[in-house]
Amino acid sequence: MNYAHHVLTHLRKDLRLEWRTKDSINGMLFFALLVVVVLAMAFDPASYPTMTRQISGGLLCVAVLFAAMTALNQSWARETSNNVLDAHRLSAAPASALFVGKALANFLFVMAVEVVLAPIFTIFYNLHPLGETWKLLIILPLGTWALVVNGTFFAALSLRSRNRETLLPLVLLPISMPALLAMIQASTAVLTGEFEPTLWIKVLVAYVIVFTTTCVLLFQTILSAD
Amino acid sequence: MPKWALAYFGLTLIVMAYGFYAAMVAPKEATMGNLYRVFFYHLPHTILSFVFPYLNCAASFLYLYWRNRNVERAAAADAFALASAEITVLYASIGLATGMLWGRAAWGIWWAWDARMTTYLLLWLLYVSYLLVRRLSATGQTAVISAVLAIFAAIDVPICFMSIRWWRTQHPSAVFGGGDNSGIDPTMVPAVLWNMLAFAMWGAFLLGMRYAIERRRQRQSNAHALGFLGDEPGLSGGFRAAPSEAR
Repeated sequence: MNYAHHVLTHLRKDLRLEWRTKDSINGMLFFALLVVVVLAMAFDPASYPTMTRQISGGLLCVAVLFAAMTALNQSWARETSNNVLDAHRLSAAPASALFVGKALANFLFVMAVEVVLAPIFTIFYNLHPLGETWKLLIILPLGTWALVVNGTFFAALSLRSRNRETLLPLVLLPISMPALLAMIQASTAVLTGEFEPTLWIKVLVAYVIVFTTTCVLLFQTILSAD
Repeated sequence: MPKWALAYFGLTLIVMAYGFYAAMVAPKEATMGNLYRVFFYHLPHTILSFVFPYLNCAASFLYLYWRNRNVERAAAADAFALASAEITVLYASIGLATGMLWGRAAWGIWWAWDARMTTYLLLWLLYVSYLLVRRLSATGQTAVISAVLAIFAAIDVPICFMSIRWWRTQHPSAVFGGGDNSGIDPTMVPAVLWNMLAFAMWGAFLLGMRYAIERRRQRQSNAHALGFLGDEPGLSGGFRAAPSEAR
Protein backbone atom coordinates (compact mmCIF):
# COMPACT_ATOMS: atom_id res chain seq x y z
CA MET A 1 0.00 0.00 0.00
CA ASN A 2 1.76 3.17 -1.08
CA TYR A 3 0.79 6.75 -0.33
CA ALA A 4 -1.24 7.32 -3.51
CA HIS A 5 -3.23 4.19 -2.76
CA HIS A 6 -4.16 5.49 0.72
CA VAL A 7 -5.19 8.84 -0.74
CA LEU A 8 -7.32 7.13 -3.38
CA THR A 9 -9.01 4.96 -0.76
CA HIS A 10 -9.94 8.00 1.32
CA LEU A 11 -11.09 9.86 -1.78
CA ARG A 12 -13.24 6.95 -2.92
CA LYS A 13 -14.79 6.67 0.54
CA ASP A 14 -15.69 10.37 0.62
CA LEU A 15 -17.08 10.33 -2.90
CA ARG A 16 -19.20 7.27 -2.09
CA LEU A 17 -20.56 8.90 1.07
CA GLU A 18 -21.44 12.00 -0.87
CA TRP A 19 -22.98 9.98 -3.70
CA ARG A 20 -25.30 8.25 -1.26
CA THR A 21 -26.38 11.30 0.73
CA LYS A 22 -25.74 14.24 -1.64
CA ASP A 23 -25.82 16.52 1.40
CA SER A 24 -22.89 18.81 0.64
CA ILE A 25 -23.45 19.33 -3.07
CA ASN A 26 -27.18 20.04 -2.81
CA GLY A 27 -26.64 22.39 0.11
CA MET A 28 -23.78 24.21 -1.56
CA LEU A 29 -25.54 24.55 -4.89
CA PHE A 30 -28.70 26.02 -3.47
CA PHE A 31 -26.75 28.28 -1.12
CA ALA A 32 -24.60 29.61 -3.98
CA LEU A 33 -27.71 30.23 -6.06
CA LEU A 34 -29.24 32.18 -3.18
CA VAL A 35 -26.07 34.26 -2.85
CA VAL A 36 -26.26 35.09 -6.59
CA VAL A 37 -29.87 36.23 -6.20
CA VAL A 38 -29.19 38.23 -3.04
CA LEU A 39 -26.19 39.97 -4.65
CA ALA A 40 -28.33 40.87 -7.66
CA MET A 41 -30.38 42.99 -5.28
CA ALA A 42 -27.34 44.99 -4.28
CA PHE A 43 -26.92 46.35 -7.80
CA ASP A 44 -28.67 46.17 -11.18
CA PRO A 45 -26.82 43.62 -13.34
CA ALA A 46 -28.93 44.21 -16.46
CA SER A 47 -28.53 47.99 -16.83
CA TYR A 48 -24.81 48.39 -16.20
CA PRO A 49 -22.94 45.78 -18.28
CA THR A 50 -19.49 47.36 -17.72
CA MET A 51 -19.84 47.47 -13.96
CA THR A 52 -21.24 43.95 -13.99
CA ARG A 53 -18.17 42.73 -15.86
CA GLN A 54 -15.91 44.46 -13.36
CA ILE A 55 -17.45 42.99 -10.25
CA SER A 56 -19.00 39.67 -11.21
CA GLY A 57 -15.67 37.81 -11.11
CA GLY A 58 -15.41 38.80 -7.48
CA LEU A 59 -19.04 37.95 -6.80
CA LEU A 60 -18.60 34.46 -8.25
CA CYS A 61 -15.54 33.82 -6.09
CA VAL A 62 -17.28 35.09 -2.96
CA ALA A 63 -20.35 32.98 -3.68
CA VAL A 64 -18.15 29.92 -4.13
CA LEU A 65 -16.21 30.66 -0.94
CA PHE A 66 -19.36 31.01 1.16
CA ALA A 67 -20.87 27.90 -0.38
CA ALA A 68 -17.68 25.91 0.25
CA MET A 69 -17.67 26.99 3.88
CA THR A 70 -21.11 25.46 4.46
CA ALA A 71 -19.80 22.10 3.25
CA LEU A 72 -16.38 22.07 4.92
CA ASN A 73 -17.60 21.62 8.47
CA GLN A 74 -19.85 18.75 7.45
CA SER A 75 -17.01 16.95 5.71
CA TRP A 76 -15.25 16.37 9.05
CA ALA A 77 -18.41 16.05 11.12
CA ARG A 78 -18.98 12.80 9.24
CA GLU A 79 -15.80 11.39 10.71
CA THR A 80 -16.75 12.14 14.29
CA SER A 81 -19.73 9.78 14.52
CA ASN A 82 -18.87 6.36 15.99
CA ASN A 83 -15.41 7.77 16.83
CA VAL A 84 -14.16 7.19 13.30
CA LEU A 85 -11.59 9.90 13.83
CA ASP A 86 -9.98 7.94 16.67
CA ALA A 87 -9.83 4.93 14.39
CA HIS A 88 -8.03 7.09 11.83
CA ARG A 89 -5.56 8.11 14.51
CA LEU A 90 -4.83 4.50 15.39
CA SER A 91 -4.50 3.51 11.75
CA ALA A 92 -1.04 2.81 10.37
CA ALA A 93 -1.84 4.81 7.23
CA PRO A 94 -0.17 8.25 7.06
CA ALA A 95 -2.44 10.94 8.53
CA SER A 96 -1.81 13.33 5.68
CA ALA A 97 -3.27 10.80 3.22
CA LEU A 98 -6.57 11.22 5.03
CA PHE A 99 -6.24 14.97 4.68
CA VAL A 100 -5.27 14.92 1.00
CA GLY A 101 -8.11 12.51 0.19
CA LYS A 102 -10.65 14.68 1.92
CA ALA A 103 -9.30 17.89 0.40
CA LEU A 104 -9.50 16.30 -3.07
CA ALA A 105 -13.09 15.21 -2.42
CA ASN A 106 -14.06 18.70 -1.25
CA PHE A 107 -12.30 20.16 -4.27
CA LEU A 108 -14.35 17.97 -6.61
CA PHE A 109 -17.59 18.96 -4.85
CA VAL A 110 -16.86 22.68 -5.06
CA MET A 111 -15.75 22.35 -8.70
CA ALA A 112 -19.04 20.59 -9.49
CA VAL A 113 -20.89 23.52 -7.93
CA GLU A 114 -18.84 25.97 -10.00
CA VAL A 115 -19.55 24.10 -13.22
CA VAL A 116 -23.27 24.56 -12.58
CA LEU A 117 -22.97 28.06 -11.16
CA ALA A 118 -20.86 29.67 -13.90
CA PRO A 119 -23.52 29.34 -16.66
CA ILE A 120 -26.22 30.52 -14.25
CA PHE A 121 -24.07 33.52 -13.44
CA THR A 122 -23.59 34.29 -17.14
CA ILE A 123 -27.33 34.13 -17.79
CA PHE A 124 -28.55 36.01 -14.71
CA TYR A 125 -25.98 38.80 -14.94
CA ASN A 126 -26.03 39.12 -18.77
CA LEU A 127 -22.30 38.59 -18.80
CA HIS A 128 -20.23 39.10 -21.98
CA PRO A 129 -16.60 38.34 -21.13
CA LEU A 130 -14.08 40.39 -23.11
CA GLY A 131 -10.87 38.51 -22.27
CA GLU A 132 -9.69 35.01 -23.04
CA THR A 133 -12.32 32.88 -21.33
CA TRP A 134 -10.33 29.65 -21.49
CA LYS A 135 -7.99 31.04 -18.85
CA LEU A 136 -10.83 30.63 -16.36
CA LEU A 137 -10.20 26.89 -16.73
CA ILE A 138 -6.84 27.48 -15.03
CA ILE A 139 -7.88 30.20 -12.59
CA LEU A 140 -11.00 28.62 -11.11
CA PRO A 141 -9.50 25.20 -10.27
CA LEU A 142 -6.36 26.83 -8.81
CA GLY A 143 -8.35 29.28 -6.72
CA THR A 144 -10.78 26.61 -5.61
CA TRP A 145 -7.95 24.33 -4.52
CA ALA A 146 -6.34 27.22 -2.62
CA LEU A 147 -9.59 27.84 -0.71
CA VAL A 148 -10.44 24.19 -0.20
CA VAL A 149 -7.03 22.98 0.97
CA ASN A 150 -6.90 25.59 3.74
CA GLY A 151 -10.61 25.20 4.42
CA THR A 152 -10.33 21.45 4.92
CA PHE A 153 -7.34 21.94 7.21
CA PHE A 154 -8.98 24.58 9.37
CA ALA A 155 -12.22 22.63 9.53
CA ALA A 156 -10.19 19.78 11.04
CA LEU A 157 -8.50 22.27 13.35
CA SER A 158 -11.76 23.66 14.68
CA LEU A 159 -13.42 20.25 14.82
CA ARG A 160 -13.33 19.79 18.59
CA SER A 161 -13.64 23.41 19.56
CA ARG A 162 -16.63 24.76 21.42
CA ASN A 163 -18.30 26.50 18.49
CA ARG A 164 -16.77 25.21 15.33
CA GLU A 165 -19.36 26.73 12.99
CA THR A 166 -18.19 30.20 14.02
CA LEU A 167 -14.52 29.39 14.29
CA LEU A 168 -13.97 28.18 10.71
CA PRO A 169 -14.75 31.47 8.90
CA LEU A 170 -12.85 33.45 11.55
CA VAL A 171 -9.69 31.50 10.77
CA LEU A 172 -10.16 30.71 7.10
CA LEU A 173 -11.05 34.17 5.80
CA PRO A 174 -7.95 36.07 6.96
CA ILE A 175 -5.55 33.31 5.91
CA SER A 176 -7.04 32.83 2.45
CA MET A 177 -7.37 36.54 1.71
CA PRO A 178 -4.33 36.62 -0.65
CA ALA A 179 -5.70 33.62 -2.56
CA LEU A 180 -9.15 35.15 -2.75
CA LEU A 181 -7.70 38.43 -3.94
CA ALA A 182 -5.59 36.74 -6.62
CA MET A 183 -8.56 34.64 -7.77
CA ILE A 184 -10.80 37.70 -7.97
CA GLN A 185 -8.20 39.81 -9.77
CA ALA A 186 -7.44 37.06 -12.27
CA SER A 187 -11.08 36.35 -13.09
CA THR A 188 -11.82 40.08 -13.33
CA ALA A 189 -8.90 40.37 -15.77
CA VAL A 190 -10.43 37.64 -17.91
CA LEU A 191 -13.95 39.07 -17.79
CA THR A 192 -13.03 42.69 -18.53
CA GLY A 193 -10.04 42.00 -20.80
CA GLU A 194 -8.42 45.16 -19.42
CA PHE A 195 -5.25 43.57 -18.05
CA GLU A 196 -3.37 40.29 -18.10
CA PRO A 197 -4.20 37.70 -15.43
CA THR A 198 -0.71 36.11 -15.65
CA LEU A 199 0.72 37.76 -12.52
CA TRP A 200 -2.27 36.72 -10.42
CA ILE A 201 -2.15 33.17 -11.73
CA LYS A 202 1.47 33.05 -10.58
CA VAL A 203 0.43 34.34 -7.15
CA LEU A 204 -2.20 31.60 -6.99
CA VAL A 205 0.30 28.92 -7.98
CA ALA A 206 2.77 30.10 -5.32
CA TYR A 207 0.03 30.25 -2.69
CA VAL A 208 -1.22 26.78 -3.58
CA ILE A 209 2.25 25.23 -3.42
CA VAL A 210 3.17 26.91 -0.12
CA PHE A 211 -0.04 26.17 1.71
CA THR A 212 -0.56 22.65 0.38
CA THR A 213 2.90 21.77 1.67
CA THR A 214 2.24 23.39 5.04
CA CYS A 215 -1.11 21.65 5.45
CA VAL A 216 0.31 18.24 4.57
CA LEU A 217 3.23 18.69 6.96
CA LEU A 218 1.16 19.91 9.91
CA PHE A 219 -1.88 17.68 9.60
CA GLN A 220 -0.45 14.94 11.81
CA THR A 221 -0.05 17.50 14.62
CA ILE A 222 -3.65 18.60 14.33
CA LEU A 223 -5.07 15.10 14.17
CA SER A 224 -3.36 14.14 17.43
CA ALA A 225 -3.87 17.49 19.13
CA ASP A 226 -4.88 16.19 22.54
CA MET B 1 9.10 43.06 39.62
CA PRO B 2 12.86 42.31 39.91
CA LYS B 3 15.25 45.25 40.21
CA TRP B 4 16.79 44.84 36.75
CA ALA B 5 13.31 44.95 35.21
CA LEU B 6 12.59 48.21 37.03
CA ALA B 7 15.92 49.62 35.84
CA TYR B 8 15.10 48.54 32.28
CA PHE B 9 11.69 50.17 32.59
CA GLY B 10 13.29 53.42 33.73
CA LEU B 11 15.80 53.31 30.87
CA THR B 12 12.97 52.68 28.39
CA LEU B 13 11.10 55.72 29.67
CA ILE B 14 14.20 57.88 29.30
CA VAL B 15 14.80 56.69 25.71
CA MET B 16 11.12 57.24 24.90
CA ALA B 17 11.26 60.76 26.31
CA TYR B 18 14.39 61.50 24.28
CA GLY B 19 12.72 60.00 21.17
CA PHE B 20 9.74 62.29 21.69
CA TYR B 21 12.06 65.28 22.07
CA ALA B 22 14.00 64.32 18.92
CA ALA B 23 10.76 63.96 16.97
CA MET B 24 9.57 67.39 18.05
CA VAL B 25 12.80 69.23 17.23
CA ALA B 26 13.36 67.47 13.87
CA PRO B 27 13.16 69.91 10.92
CA LYS B 28 9.76 70.72 9.45
CA GLU B 29 8.78 68.63 6.44
CA ALA B 30 8.71 70.44 3.09
CA THR B 31 5.09 69.84 2.06
CA MET B 32 3.31 68.64 5.19
CA GLY B 33 4.84 70.95 7.79
CA ASN B 34 4.44 69.84 11.36
CA LEU B 35 1.75 67.36 10.39
CA TYR B 36 4.33 64.76 9.44
CA ARG B 37 5.55 64.37 13.03
CA VAL B 38 3.06 61.54 13.58
CA PHE B 39 5.42 59.64 11.28
CA PHE B 40 7.92 59.19 14.14
CA TYR B 41 5.22 57.39 16.03
CA HIS B 42 3.62 55.59 13.06
CA LEU B 43 6.76 54.11 11.46
CA PRO B 44 8.24 52.31 14.51
CA HIS B 45 4.90 50.74 15.34
CA THR B 46 4.27 49.50 11.81
CA ILE B 47 7.79 48.13 11.33
CA LEU B 48 7.86 46.46 14.74
CA SER B 49 4.46 44.90 14.17
CA PHE B 50 6.11 42.95 11.35
CA VAL B 51 8.78 41.71 13.79
CA PHE B 52 6.63 40.37 16.62
CA PRO B 53 4.78 37.88 14.36
CA TYR B 54 8.11 36.14 13.77
CA LEU B 55 8.80 35.90 17.49
CA ASN B 56 5.34 34.39 17.72
CA CYS B 57 6.11 31.93 14.92
CA ALA B 58 9.47 30.94 16.44
CA ALA B 59 7.86 30.37 19.84
CA SER B 60 5.15 28.28 18.20
CA PHE B 61 7.74 26.09 16.46
CA LEU B 62 9.53 25.65 19.78
CA TYR B 63 6.24 24.76 21.43
CA LEU B 64 5.54 22.06 18.83
CA TYR B 65 9.08 20.75 19.23
CA TRP B 66 8.99 20.62 23.03
CA ARG B 67 5.37 19.50 23.32
CA ASN B 68 6.19 15.83 23.83
CA ARG B 69 9.75 16.34 25.08
CA ASN B 70 9.76 18.97 27.79
CA VAL B 71 6.40 20.10 29.13
CA GLU B 72 7.77 22.98 31.18
CA ARG B 73 9.65 24.55 28.27
CA ALA B 74 6.66 23.97 25.99
CA ALA B 75 4.45 25.91 28.41
CA ALA B 76 6.98 28.74 28.46
CA ALA B 77 7.08 28.81 24.64
CA ASP B 78 3.30 28.91 24.55
CA ALA B 79 3.19 31.82 27.00
CA PHE B 80 5.74 33.67 24.86
CA ALA B 81 3.69 33.00 21.71
CA LEU B 82 0.58 34.42 23.35
CA ALA B 83 2.44 37.49 24.62
CA SER B 84 4.02 38.24 21.23
CA ALA B 85 0.68 37.83 19.42
CA GLU B 86 -0.94 40.31 21.78
CA ILE B 87 1.87 42.82 21.31
CA THR B 88 1.52 42.35 17.52
CA VAL B 89 -2.16 43.24 17.73
CA LEU B 90 -1.42 46.19 20.00
CA TYR B 91 1.30 47.63 17.76
CA ALA B 92 -0.67 46.96 14.58
CA SER B 93 -3.71 48.68 16.09
CA ILE B 94 -1.64 51.74 16.96
CA GLY B 95 -0.06 51.67 13.49
CA LEU B 96 -3.48 51.51 11.84
CA ALA B 97 -4.94 54.23 14.05
CA THR B 98 -2.06 56.68 13.56
CA GLY B 99 -2.00 55.84 9.85
CA MET B 100 -5.69 56.66 9.53
CA LEU B 101 -5.31 59.95 11.40
CA TRP B 102 -2.37 60.88 9.22
CA GLY B 103 -4.17 59.78 6.05
CA ARG B 104 -7.16 61.93 6.94
CA ALA B 105 -4.94 64.96 7.42
CA ALA B 106 -2.56 64.40 4.49
CA TRP B 107 -4.74 62.77 1.81
CA GLY B 108 -8.18 63.92 3.00
CA ILE B 109 -9.51 60.39 3.46
CA TRP B 110 -9.48 58.08 6.46
CA TRP B 111 -8.95 54.94 4.51
CA ALA B 112 -7.78 54.19 0.96
CA TRP B 113 -7.92 50.57 -0.12
CA ASP B 114 -4.40 50.60 -1.43
CA ALA B 115 -1.99 47.71 -1.22
CA ARG B 116 -0.06 48.56 1.90
CA MET B 117 -3.06 49.49 3.99
CA THR B 118 -5.00 46.43 2.89
CA THR B 119 -2.18 44.04 3.61
CA TYR B 120 -1.47 45.75 6.92
CA LEU B 121 -5.14 45.40 7.84
CA LEU B 122 -4.79 41.75 6.88
CA LEU B 123 -1.89 41.36 9.32
CA TRP B 124 -4.06 42.86 12.06
CA LEU B 125 -6.98 40.55 11.17
CA LEU B 126 -4.70 37.50 11.17
CA TYR B 127 -3.50 38.08 14.71
CA VAL B 128 -6.91 39.09 16.01
CA SER B 129 -8.21 35.78 14.63
CA TYR B 130 -5.28 34.04 16.35
CA LEU B 131 -6.29 35.55 19.68
CA LEU B 132 -9.94 34.62 19.05
CA VAL B 133 -8.95 31.03 18.31
CA ARG B 134 -7.03 30.90 21.58
CA ARG B 135 -10.20 31.94 23.33
CA LEU B 136 -12.63 29.68 21.48
CA SER B 137 -10.70 26.44 21.10
CA ALA B 138 -11.28 23.54 23.46
CA THR B 139 -9.24 23.47 26.64
CA GLY B 140 -6.21 21.23 26.35
CA GLN B 141 -5.88 21.86 22.62
CA THR B 142 -5.52 25.62 22.66
CA ALA B 143 -1.73 25.56 22.58
CA VAL B 144 -1.39 23.09 19.69
CA ILE B 145 -4.11 24.67 17.57
CA SER B 146 -2.82 28.17 18.09
CA ALA B 147 0.76 27.11 17.41
CA VAL B 148 -0.29 25.65 14.07
CA LEU B 149 -2.32 28.73 13.27
CA ALA B 150 0.65 30.96 14.17
CA ILE B 151 2.77 29.14 11.60
CA PHE B 152 0.10 29.68 8.95
CA ALA B 153 -0.20 33.34 9.87
CA ALA B 154 3.56 33.88 9.75
CA ILE B 155 3.66 32.32 6.27
CA ASP B 156 0.93 34.73 5.22
CA VAL B 157 2.85 37.78 6.44
CA PRO B 158 5.55 37.82 3.69
CA ILE B 159 2.89 37.39 1.02
CA CYS B 160 1.33 40.43 2.63
CA PHE B 161 4.65 42.27 2.71
CA MET B 162 5.59 41.46 -0.90
CA SER B 163 2.28 42.65 -2.24
CA ILE B 164 3.57 46.21 -2.05
CA ARG B 165 5.50 45.47 -5.22
CA TRP B 166 2.57 43.78 -6.94
CA TRP B 167 -0.13 46.39 -6.52
CA ARG B 168 -0.38 49.99 -7.52
CA THR B 169 -0.09 51.95 -4.32
CA GLN B 170 -1.10 55.30 -2.96
CA HIS B 171 1.07 54.93 0.11
CA PRO B 172 4.48 56.59 -0.22
CA SER B 173 7.06 54.06 -1.39
CA ALA B 174 8.90 52.14 1.25
CA VAL B 175 11.03 54.34 3.47
CA PHE B 176 13.92 51.90 3.54
CA GLY B 177 14.90 50.14 0.32
CA GLY B 178 12.07 51.53 -1.80
CA GLY B 179 14.23 52.71 -4.70
CA ASP B 180 14.62 56.27 -5.96
CA ASN B 181 12.36 59.05 -4.73
CA SER B 182 11.85 57.30 -1.44
CA GLY B 183 13.51 57.70 1.91
CA ILE B 184 13.78 60.62 4.25
CA ASP B 185 15.93 63.65 4.68
CA PRO B 186 19.24 62.76 6.45
CA THR B 187 18.50 65.34 9.16
CA MET B 188 15.45 63.35 10.22
CA VAL B 189 17.28 60.02 10.50
CA PRO B 190 18.43 60.35 14.15
CA ALA B 191 14.88 61.06 15.31
CA VAL B 192 13.60 58.01 13.41
CA LEU B 193 16.28 55.77 14.90
CA TRP B 194 15.74 57.03 18.47
CA ASN B 195 12.02 56.40 18.14
CA MET B 196 12.62 52.96 16.66
CA LEU B 197 14.83 52.10 19.63
CA ALA B 198 12.35 53.56 22.10
CA PHE B 199 9.39 51.60 20.81
CA ALA B 200 11.41 48.42 20.38
CA MET B 201 12.43 48.68 24.05
CA TRP B 202 8.89 49.50 25.10
CA GLY B 203 7.56 46.54 23.09
CA ALA B 204 10.11 44.21 24.64
CA PHE B 205 9.14 45.46 28.10
CA LEU B 206 5.43 44.86 27.48
CA LEU B 207 6.24 41.46 26.00
CA GLY B 208 8.23 40.48 29.07
CA MET B 209 5.50 41.65 31.43
CA ARG B 210 2.79 39.81 29.51
CA TYR B 211 4.96 36.68 29.42
CA ALA B 212 5.48 36.82 33.18
CA ILE B 213 1.75 37.24 33.77
CA GLU B 214 0.89 34.31 31.50
CA ARG B 215 3.50 32.10 33.21
CA ARG B 216 2.01 33.00 36.56
CA ARG B 217 -1.46 32.13 35.28
CA GLN B 218 -0.15 28.76 34.00
CA ARG B 219 1.47 28.00 37.36
CA GLN B 220 -1.69 28.98 39.16
CA SER B 221 -3.89 26.74 37.03
CA ASN B 222 -1.40 23.86 37.49
CA ALA B 223 -1.45 24.40 41.23
CA HIS B 224 -5.20 24.52 41.08
CA ALA B 225 -5.35 21.18 39.26
CA LEU B 226 -2.88 19.63 41.72
CA GLY B 227 -4.93 21.05 44.57
CA PHE B 228 -7.89 19.06 43.34
CA LEU B 229 -5.78 15.93 43.33
CA GLY B 230 -5.04 16.61 46.97
CA ASP B 231 -1.29 15.93 47.03
CA GLU B 232 -0.12 19.51 46.90
CA PRO B 233 -1.00 22.55 48.97
CA GLY B 234 -1.87 24.27 45.71
CA LEU B 235 -4.10 27.19 46.54
CA SER B 236 -4.13 29.14 49.71
CA GLY B 237 -7.53 28.34 51.18
CA GLY B 238 -10.28 26.24 49.63
CA PHE B 239 -10.05 22.81 48.04
CA ARG B 240 -8.11 21.29 50.93
CA ALA B 241 -9.57 18.96 53.47
CA ALA B 242 -9.64 20.38 56.96
CA PRO B 243 -6.85 18.92 59.18
CA SER B 244 -9.29 16.97 61.32
CA GLU B 245 -10.85 15.20 58.34
CA ALA B 246 -7.48 14.49 56.77
CA ARG B 247 -6.20 13.08 60.07
